[in-house]
Amino acid sequence: MRQTIVDKIWAAHEILAREGSSLLFVDRHLLHEGSHHAFDKIGAAGRKVRHPELTFGVADHYAPSSELRANAASATMIERLSANTARHGIGSFGLGDARRGIVHVAMPEQGLTLPGLVIVCGDSHTATHGAFGAFAFGIGASEVAHVLATQALWQKKPPAMRITVTGELPFGTTAKDLALHIIGRIGTGGATGHAVEYAGAAISALSMEGRMTLCNMTIEMGARSGIVPPDETTFAWLRGRPMAPKGAAFDRAVQSWKALRSDAGADYAREVVIDAGEVAPMVTWGTSPEQVAPVTGAVPEPAAGGDAEALDYMGLSGGESLSEIPIDRGFIGSCTNGRYSDLLAAARVLAGRRLAVPLLVSPGSSEVARQAEESGIAAIFRAAGAEWGMSGCSLCVGMNGDRVQAGERCASTSNRNFRGRQGPGARTHLMSPAMVAAAALSGRIADVRAMELAALPEAAESFEAARAGS
Amino acid sequence: MQPFTTVTGPGVVLDRDNIDTDQLIPARFMKRSRTEGYGDQLLRDLRFDEDGEPDPAFPLNRLAEPPVLMVAGKNFGCGSSREAAVYALVDHGIRVVVAASFADIFRGNAGKNGLLTIALGDAERARLVRFVERERASAELGRLTIDLETQTIAGEGLETIEFDIDAGLKRRLLLGLDELSETLEDEPMITAFETRHFAERPWVVPANR
Ligand code: SF4
Repeated sequence: MRQTIVDKIWAAHEILAREGSSLLFVDRHLLHEGSHHAFDKIGAAGRKVRHPELTFGVADHYAPSSELRANAASATMIERLSANTARHGIGSFGLGDARRGIVHVAMPEQGLTLPGLVIVCGDSHTATHGAFGAFAFGIGASEVAHVLATQALWQKKPPAMRITVTGELPFGTTAKDLALHIIGRIGTGGATGHAVEYAGAAISALSMEGRMTLCNMTIEMGARSGIVPPDETTFAWLRGRPMAPKGAAFDRAVQSWKALRSDAGADYAREVVIDAGEVAPMVTWGTSPEQVAPVTGAVPEPAAGGDAEALDYMGLSGGESLSEIPIDRGFIGSCTNGRYSDLLAAARVLAGRRLAVPLLVSPGSSEVARQAEESGIAAIFRAAGAEWGMSGCSLCVGMNGDRVQAGERCASTSNRNFRGRQGPGARTHLMSPAMVAAAALSGRIADVRAMELAALPEAAESFEAARAGS
Repeated sequence: MQPFTTVTGPGVVLDRDNIDTDQLIPARFMKRSRTEGYGDQLLRDLRFDEDGEPDPAFPLNRLAEPPVLMVAGKNFGCGSSREAAVYALVDHGIRVVVAASFADIFRGNAGKNGLLTIALGDAERARLVRFVERERASAELGRLTIDLETQTIAGEGLETIEFDIDAGLKRRLLLGLDELSETLEDEPMITAFETRHFAERPWVVPANR
């Protein structure tokens, strides 16, 4: 039988099959503060963690981005994670650890995400790790408890879906715009329950960071997972990462990873073809990521699909030009767009200019923050008047002290514009980091393609080149 | 887990698509332990206004008796994987959610907490919506009976609706079985697998931990 890459990873991890489900071995189990329910469950039953050495924790969701907004309740959640992981002998990156960051940024950075692995985490955006050719998906608390105790998980094989992206992304567009463009095309239910595989020239051309952004947003299409088969870009990015295999062991691993591609003629339950050349900078106008349009477009009339309830919540009316919508603040960060290249793209827009509205930047990890300080792009953000916060989930989710006030409109690089996601009554417009920078400079949603971009100091650009190419 | 055999009670309609888990249980309420209960926070920001006053127009606030079944639109439970969204529904007394479609992770979480999720086609879902809406307008709340064994939803004056369910899940729900205790019986197979797996793929165990 001709197999997809997910079929191959599945077959290599199937312990047994019963009643149409497979018990899959889990290579990496990632934890964050939300894991407390699962620890309570195994604790109550007196169970041990089967493989603490394959389990890693990190404080992100409740980590404050500023000491000023730190609060006791969040601190308790972080302490609970430290106590639970310590009790079971699990390595965890707590506050103050230089390896700490958002789970989907920090773990790949440390070399814990590798091709061909089955990776789970009690977080829907676990799909991010598929960028490396891993089969990665989010699970719930009962499943987290199951994996802690057995290092395995019952799964039904998801139907396969292939999204082929041909051509080249135009100037001023990014993997984020591509993701929003696809969601706009197929809808938030367009890939429900499917294992999505990305293919095509535009995907091969993406950097690892771009692939992570795209796989991350795949969950917003309803998919179970997103995957990009590993290639030279992947191997180059992984080489030398702290916890990745080293030397000859790495080379042997690469030999085996090269087999991780779908057979020609493998079957897909769904196929979608996208022309990258049609992608424009995208902006959401509603309360679901599928409610999205190019920045040159307008908010749709209720009669033309402009969901009246969403428009009411967002304080918009049909027909308004997207690029005339004033914003109150901006946010750059999250597991979607909190990586070095994201900050760099925003810095090119911000350099030498002053913000019109407040902008909060929370680097995706302490490592990203360190690199940005070293290369000088953190200074660009500060000089523009942005708040340079500590790393964490920050304004992506209103649970760590960061909040958008009711009625406030925020241009955000995060992944969900759901009602109340950034705080009760908050209005979120999703877009790319460069677009958020453009909006924060203009005080309204703006087309970044119309702005002049700064050439950054050699250090910033070459730093990126060195990292991407090493 | 509480076994699921037959459940009887009123229904409620939340006729929207994309009811995400951030709405089912807003993130700021997720610090609670399981024993404290999540029922009062179900759909908190839709049910109550900023001052904590219930919105009288919201369907869940109009019922004299808590519903056992909720009917919604497409892509129910999308978004965050938080299992607390299921806790909020279950703690509020809801044992069955009927929707046009469900988000994957939510559906898995539901099954592990005794919450039955039923995907129905448009025509049947519309019939159920009509039944619930009509009954709500009458003085006495109409009751629905959801029978897992026969896989049916019945009510007086409602043409009985049949639904599909995964065989393994049905068995566990009927018996109130927890998946984990079952898997532990397969432990020798896990051990045998691991020996092979680690030998073939030494990189699975990370370097420099
Ligand atoms: S950054 Fe946002 S989406 Fe990503 S893990 Fe944190 S809360 Fe979830």
